[in-house]
Amino acid sequence: MACRRVLLLLTCWSPAVLAANVNLPPPVTGIAQDIYDLHMLLLYITGGIFVLVFGVMFWAILRHRKSAGHQAKHFHENTTVEIIWTLIPLLILVAMAWPATRLILQQKSSAGAELTIKVTGYQWKWHYDYLDDGVAFMSHLATPQSAIHQVAARGEHYLLEVDQPLVVPTGTKVRLLLTANDVIHAWWVPQLGVKQDAIPGFVRDVWFKVDRPGTYRGQCAELCGKDHGFMPIVVEAKAQADYARWLAARKQAAAANLDDPAKQWPLAELMARGEKVYTQNCVACHQANGKGIPGAFPALDGSAMATKDKPGHIDIVLNGSKKNAAMAAWGKQLSDTDIAAVITYERNAWGNHTGDVVQPKDIKAARGGKA
Amino acid sequence: MTAIDSALQPAHDTAHGHHAKPSGITRWLFATNHKDIGSLYLWFAFSMFIFGGVLALCIRAELFRPGLQFWQPELFNQFTTLHGLIMVFGAIMPAFTGLANWMLPLMIGAPDMAFARMNNWSFWLLPPAALLLLISFAVPGGAAAAGWTLYAPLSTQMGMGMDLTIFAIHIMGVSSIMGSINIIVTILNLRAPGMTMMKMPMFAWASLITAYLIIAVMPVLAGVVTMVLTDRHFGTHFFNAAGGGDPVLYQHIFWFFGHPEVYIMALPAFGIVSHIIPTFSRKPLFGYTSMVYATSSIAILSFMVWAHHMFTTGMPATAQLFFMYATMLIAVPTGVKVFNWIGTMWQGSMSFETPMLFAIGFICLFTVGGLSGVTLSIAAIDIQLQDTYYVVAHFHYVLVAGALFSLFAAVYYWFPKMTGRMYSEFWGKFHFWWSLLWFNVTFFPMHFLGLAGMPRRIPDYNMQFTDFNTMASVGAFCFGLGQLIFFANMLHSLRHGRPAAAKPWEGADTLEWQIATPAPYHSFVEAPDLEVGENGRIDAMHGGKHH
Repeated sequence: MACRRVLLLLTCWSPAVLAANVNLPPPVTGIAQDIYDLHMLLLYITGGIFVLVFGVMFWAILRHRKSAGHQAKHFHENTTVEIIWTLIPLLILVAMAWPATRLILQQKSSAGAELTIKVTGYQWKWHYDYLDDGVAFMSHLATPQSAIHQVAARGEHYLLEVDQPLVVPTGTKVRLLLTANDVIHAWWVPQLGVKQDAIPGFVRDVWFKVDRPGTYRGQCAELCGKDHGFMPIVVEAKAQADYARWLAARKQAAAANLDDPAKQWPLAELMARGEKVYTQNCVACHQANGKGIPGAFPALDGSAMATKDKPGHIDIVLNGSKKNAAMAAWGKQLSDTDIAAVITYERNAWGNHTGDVVQPKDIKAARGGKA
Repeated sequence: MTAIDSALQPAHDTAHGHHAKPSGITRWLFATNHKDIGSLYLWFAFSMFIFGGVLALCIRAELFRPGLQFWQPELFNQFTTLHGLIMVFGAIMPAFTGLANWMLPLMIGAPDMAFARMNNWSFWLLPPAALLLLISFAVPGGAAAAGWTLYAPLSTQMGMGMDLTIFAIHIMGVSSIMGSINIIVTILNLRAPGMTMMKMPMFAWASLITAYLIIAVMPVLAGVVTMVLTDRHFGTHFFNAAGGGDPVLYQHIFWFFGHPEVYIMALPAFGIVSHIIPTFSRKPLFGYTSMVYATSSIAILSFMVWAHHMFTTGMPATAQLFFMYATMLIAVPTGVKVFNWIGTMWQGSMSFETPMLFAIGFICLFTVGGLSGVTLSIAAIDIQLQDTYYVVAHFHYVLVAGALFSLFAAVYYWFPKMTGRMYSEFWGKFHFWWSLLWFNVTFFPMHFLGLAGMPRRIPDYNMQFTDFNTMASVGAFCFGLGQLIFFANMLHSLRHGRPAAAKPWEGADTLEWQIATPAPYHSFVEAPDLEVGENGRIDAMHGGKHH
């Protein structure tokens, strides 16, 4: 199958077939378009230089060879020539630097933004916070593990699909404020012409203005650990009116979904919710079967922590591990209900049949009363 | 120089009775002879090349098609990390040091390297460092998996494999600093009378400048990995923002080492090619003086461009502009070198033995890497290409087709002088064409992958990237296979090759070709009197003794 594809590739090397995959993807912002054009210009210039320089070299290889009976001349210095071939490249570089400088200044002018969204990189997902509208959510990889491990079929947007995309209005200057929670990530959507590192402890900004409604996909571009390849970015650009509707619906849903902090949850409900939280946040390291990865990520199935030491279990989920930095402090990311649910799930899933039920108020207490 | 002559004399007299070649394991373990140590370096570098190559093939096997087939993502990250570290510090750098050890004394008429015992120590530090990297795969948590750049704070998250890597880097750093001191002192103090600086062969110039670069930047690398170590274990917060540190500081320090490091791996290659092109063009190197100045300017500029690796960290526009302009400037002296090589070939009388083929392959493909480098230097475009396969393509054009091809060229070129035998020209040429073909099949499509949006260091990808990845994987396996041809050719020729003449290459004119083949175990125990032309061309040699 793959072999056939390679053969196909080698035999019918038609530019038209490949054009889609050999260049920067179609730009949808002014900046991306400018980058595209500047790259084409560079490609023509450098391509021209290559052909010219190696044309001369191959001419020499063809003509000035011993087997063709050519006698070597013995010149080995010419200051004029040296000056010329120092100056000409310099002038070409200046010609390249001029449009590049203008584009850089444009990329950097994020003033006058009409919408500001804070983007936080987590291992291994993105969090979006619409600062002025009080809407915030986590965006996870939506491709199932079964597809990655060759069990299920792969869809068109394999590894480039998320549960909740970043939604932005078209024709609006959107400013992103980027930071990270753990290690450095990079937020990159090629069609928008935007790539910016998300650095823990620091805020960086970047801007874009999409003209056409559509769905634009990208990936984390900075190695951020194990699942670096599995934290895609999806941006959905909607027309202004559609965006307003989406935002309103989003706000309503957020209000409706607010959990009652005093509610006493039955075990079955917590288990169902806990499994969802586990799949989104824990499965990458501790695995779906709770066995972890020996040597790197501890097992939960049958572990003392998940079967006996309940306060310790709550503490490590809330505050992270002091010994293993890969275990994040989930208290900063998840609600009391989610944490209660996932701990309950971990204490009752697989071979763990403790029957323990952890309620949201237990988590609130463990936080020291501050939710 | 007379001072050195007289200093050498008594040593030569007293040691006269002990000049029998040592044998057995002690010859290598206690080696102080520059040729033996050079050979050790080259064998070590080749075995690391195979080790790093196997890791590369593990990477390419996983990327052959989408989905996870062979490795879990964390193991995949360990492969990419160790592949990079081993190829840079285990293969390319020691290989160049090995060549410098072998060839410098022969080229400048020195009896040996200046510090023979330190030379032994510089080499024997390397195997333990390599061992640390090797066993790091077996410790809990596995080997370092933060990429060869070991960016913090990711590198502060790793298991003890990271500590082993940090120690390995320390040891390899000490080794290369001592090697560099040796090279500098040898070149500055042990040149034979007549071999003035501005007549020295280009390889000596390149090694000298490279050695200065190493001494300048290896301590910087050692410093930054030590900061990671103390962040990991001793509660410092250099790179931990929560404790008042700055993760980006790591990148600034690392690349202050990292960019000159790129030229540490490129300048010796320039030196080698500046010997081979004139030899097989039967014409002196064009623009020797400008070559020396170009090499020096590249070295100096290499300290001023480090942040072009960091255009996406969110630097202010002025910083982006400064580093962009400075980076673009490097294209000028690099261009001068390429033009000078072509100027050397122009109106020559060329023949195309294996070393020449590899040298020409080097110039063409290194230039492809150089031109994609100019594209990357444009900060505005780099925003799209940074950390994609375009960058992977770019630096493999510079390091595989650049450094590695030049090393092959050098080994074929000097093999007769080192061993006294000729390699098989047929298999040498076959090795070249095979490597050229599959190198391009492997790495050229990576430009397309990067442009189309595939980030580097990912174990799995969307189906739109499948075709070129499959192609790259097929190419990589074929390329790897071809290196066994090289190995077999070398091994066979070492024993059974046709005996080589003292000067097997018609156009060779530097000092190493003036002495017997194979080079006597102790060459130039008495310095010769030389009449030298540019690029180390020997017009006349008087005296000079060997054992």
